[in-house]
Amino acid sequence: MIEAVALTKDFGTLQVLRGINEKIVQGEVISIIGPSGSGKSTFLRCLNLLEMPTSGQVLFHGVDLTSKGVDVDKHRQRMGMVFQHFNIFPHLSVKENITLAPVMLKKRSKQEMDKYALELLNRVGLYDKRDEHPRRLSGGQKQRLAIVRALAMDPEVMLFDEPTSALDPEMVGEVLAVIKQLVAGGMTSIIVTHEMGFAREVSSRVLFMDEGLIAEQGSPQQIFDHPQGERTREFLSKVLR
Amino acid sequence: MFSNMLPNLGKVMGRYGALFVQGLYYTLLLSLLAVLGGTLFGSLLALMRRSKIALVRGIATGYVEVVRGTPLLLQLYFFYFMLPELMPMLELSKFACIVTAMIFNSAGYVCEIVRAGIQAVDSGQTEAARTLGLNGSQTMLRIVMPQAIKNILPALANEFVTVIKETSLASTFFVGDLMTQYNVIRGNMFLVIEPLIIVGIIYFLVTFTLSKGIARLERRLKESD
Repeated sequence: MIEAVALTKDFGTLQVLRGINEKIVQGEVISIIGPSGSGKSTFLRCLNLLEMPTSGQVLFHGVDLTSKGVDVDKHRQRMGMVFQHFNIFPHLSVKENITLAPVMLKKRSKQEMDKYALELLNRVGLYDKRDEHPRRLSGGQKQRLAIVRALAMDPEVMLFDEPTSALDPEMVGEVLAVIKQLVAGGMTSIIVTHEMGFAREVSSRVLFMDEGLIAEQGSPQQIFDHPQGERTREFLSKVLR
Repeated sequence: MFSNMLPNLGKVMGRYGALFVQGLYYTLLLSLLAVLGGTLFGSLLALMRRSKIALVRGIATGYVEVVRGTPLLLQLYFFYFMLPELMPMLELSKFACIVTAMIFNSAGYVCEIVRAGIQAVDSGQTEAARTLGLNGSQTMLRIVMPQAIKNILPALANEFVTVIKETSLASTFFVGDLMTQYNVIRGNMFLVIEPLIIVGIIYFLVTFTLSKGIARLERRLKESD
């Protein structure tokens, strides 16, 4: 479904991604782990061209998103993204946060979308907040809203960029529960995360990134129980205690 | 001299009260036109400064630098003499030339106000909108601008207060504003200080009231965040 081909990304003189080749097929749940600064988030953000790769290709259903003349906006509609800092639209109500894009992009009619938004809110326990101003939501509630906002576009794949890193500890669980539910429903997902227990539980495949490359990958059991690389072991020994 | 001041103040007010009102009218009209025109043109400049095309960016940036780097009085002279030369068929009035000059001047400052207002909106907002599939202008219109307005409005109102004071320079060309009236009354009555005090009080009351109003507006906008 998504394929990165010899993907590199430089920020000035700093080479953040150093040639990544990776293929993600439909139905996979990929967790990306690794030390900070290893390029996890940058890699994820290159997949929907939030960051323009310095070289290489990003293929989405075989279309190279980096080539000129490709309507990236159109493709982005099919790739949902959830951010570390939620990025809820503060000038819109909870419901409007969900309905704005699908209605504007004529994915659904206003009436249809109003109904669907309530259904989505219900699914993540925010039905009662539908007409609230987002500033009244807790961090966990904001992130759950951000997830259904992305889902409202009926994406084929969801990209999660450290979705629980900005949350107070007691709110991490409620957000992970929503993601788990989503993954159980078969949503192709790519999750950059520091929640190792969660990664082990939900992933079909784990990528360990180090210094701009995918240093090791495999099933959760392979990575967490039998890591091969020195760096993988070192990293895991630090985060798993 | 000071013993005569109070009776003189009364005399000036009694005889020329209407002129002060007229002066205030022209000062406010000139300021309003300058800021309204400046807002339209300044917003356009702000968009130009965000353009992908380097030349467009350069023109806007150069314009802003020139406006902010030269005295307003010089700009007023420039338009006052240049506009009728450039476009004689329009037969522009003195007032029109001065309004145009003030618009061009104000646009330079408004451009920076709008730009700063847009920049103050968290970049995550744009990213979230773009990942939902909105294009650049949809994002600007529906996500960034509604939030930027909150930063822009108070600053724009402050610009209005500044312009009200700056229009006094336009009196150089006798366009009927408050300072023009001061010059008229001074010439007629041979009184220097008294009409100046009255004009000063009028300026102060207007700008003070507006500033207080703006501070209130700012508080209200903050609360709604």
